[in-house]
Amino acid sequence: MIVTTKKDFEEIEDALKSYNNIMLIYCGTCSVTSQCSDEKSVNEMLENLKNAGKNVVYHQEFKEPCDFRQDLQDWRNVPQEALDKVDAFLILSCGAGLQAMLDLFDRKNIAKPIFIGLNTHGIAETERIGRFHVKCAGCGDCLLNYTGGICPVTSCAKGLMNGPCGGQLDGKCEVGKYEKDCGWILIYERLKKIGRLDLFGQLRPAFNWADRGHQKSVVFR
Amino acid sequence: MAEKKVYSKLGEMLAKGEFILTGELEPEKTCDLSHTIQEAKEMAPYVVAANVTDSPLGIVTINSLAASHIIQKEANIEVIWQLTVRDVNKLGIAGMIMGGHALGLRNILSLTGDHPNMGDMPESKPVFDLDSATLCMLVREMVDKGTINGYEIESPPKFHVGAAANPNSNPMEAEVLKIGRKVEAGCEFIQTQVAYDLEKTIEFLTALKKYNIPVLLGIFPMKSYAMAKGFDTFVPGVDVPKDILAKWKSIKNDYKTDKSKQKEMYDQANYEFFNPFITELKKKELLGGVHCMAVHYPRIFPKLIEVIKD
Repeated sequence: MIVTTKKDFEEIEDALKSYNNIMLIYCGTCSVTSQCSDEKSVNEMLENLKNAGKNVVYHQEFKEPCDFRQDLQDWRNVPQEALDKVDAFLILSCGAGLQAMLDLFDRKNIAKPIFIGLNTHGIAETERIGRFHVKCAGCGDCLLNYTGGICPVTSCAKGLMNGPCGGQLDGKCEVGKYEKDCGWILIYERLKKIGRLDLFGQLRPAFNWADRGHQKSVVFR
Repeated sequence: MAEKKVYSKLGEMLAKGEFILTGELEPEKTCDLSHTIQEAKEMAPYVVAANVTDSPLGIVTINSLAASHIIQKEANIEVIWQLTVRDVNKLGIAGMIMGGHALGLRNILSLTGDHPNMGDMPESKPVFDLDSATLCMLVREMVDKGTINGYEIESPPKFHVGAAANPNSNPMEAEVLKIGRKVEAGCEFIQTQVAYDLEKTIEFLTALKKYNIPVLLGIFPMKSYAMAKGFDTFVPGVDVPKDILAKWKSIKNDYKTDKSKQKEMYDQANYEFFNPFITELKKKELLGGVHCMAVHYPRIFPKLIEVIKD
């Protein structure tokens, strides 16, 4: 899942300062699990907006804002009179959710601003509600087959490709004052456990950034 | 086997298999290098070369490329340019390597570098496009093949490249395997983190023997009790033995009124500790030399050279 946390309301209020009539949209999937767009969080946001003197013209859950197809369906429920009145949109979703909405707005000729109420942290494991661990950086060139299944990009503070640095101490990382595990020692222990330490000694090239980054899309059809 | 190419005094001594002494210089947050140059001049007669650090602990100092060049030129000492992969991407580092050659540098120590998070600009973007092994690979490609990513360099750089190792590392096997990657990447010598535990150091150096690479043991002669205590307290993973701390403390207390005698006693105590330590490792043929990190303590070098030459 994509893990999100709530932005401070002050930052949201600042973004909305020129706008009075607000439409609140919220994600029905990952951000609910992150407890950022669940019923309680939505009510809290409605209350905050009200206390900030905003007029919430309408609010609605979008099942998966990052899915443009789903957005087209959910949009059908948005009443025209709310759209006539709205000055700005506020969305509780990940960054991909908001940006998929922009495509929807283009399709629907909506020339109104949309602001985000959450911070997006990454692709995470849910240990339990309230405990999420970012495990995948979405590199597009997965290294897990060489590392016993533990990602060096997310588990090593430096994202190193060739083993632990001098900053590991008894399996703990220099970043964060030796409280967190060194990702490369986790990899070492895992590979040892599965009898594949041969992989730990294997020199890897630097990560290839040539295909990364700029407006990346996955298009296979 | 083709004869090993030699680009520096360090490279020459390593190729000859001579037991060598290297020193360390730590430029600070200043544009004036006169103190470091003075220190370099004092150690120059005793060392083959001296490392110039690259913003250790992630604390910003004068750039190590510029400092290396100025120190080498002004102090007439050969420099081992410490180059971390923390701050510059592969493209930038490749350019720096050519620049380093043009400025007369011939030795690089490839380092990961302490995370910016540890230092005084924690908001900096941690780069780490390369790591300490892939930096060795890049240097080797540029030097040995005269190319970058296969593209020809009109006049390629000449460098020897070394890497770091930590004899105190736990689990040791992970560290040994990592060094294997650096050796495969083309690293030509190793300088270690400071070691005090003889047994553990023997075990570590024995494990490195299979790589057939000269290892310079990191030592930290302590100028004063305050220095010893600070090193013990603030350097992660390095424990100064309790008996050393006690001895240094007694020197501090016993010679309070005679500073010159106190200095002499500290120097002697360092000699008495490091002499048997190094001699034992030398006897076991586990060392290619010693890397002395006695920063701001150049007067120890005449004493140390006795140990090296013994």
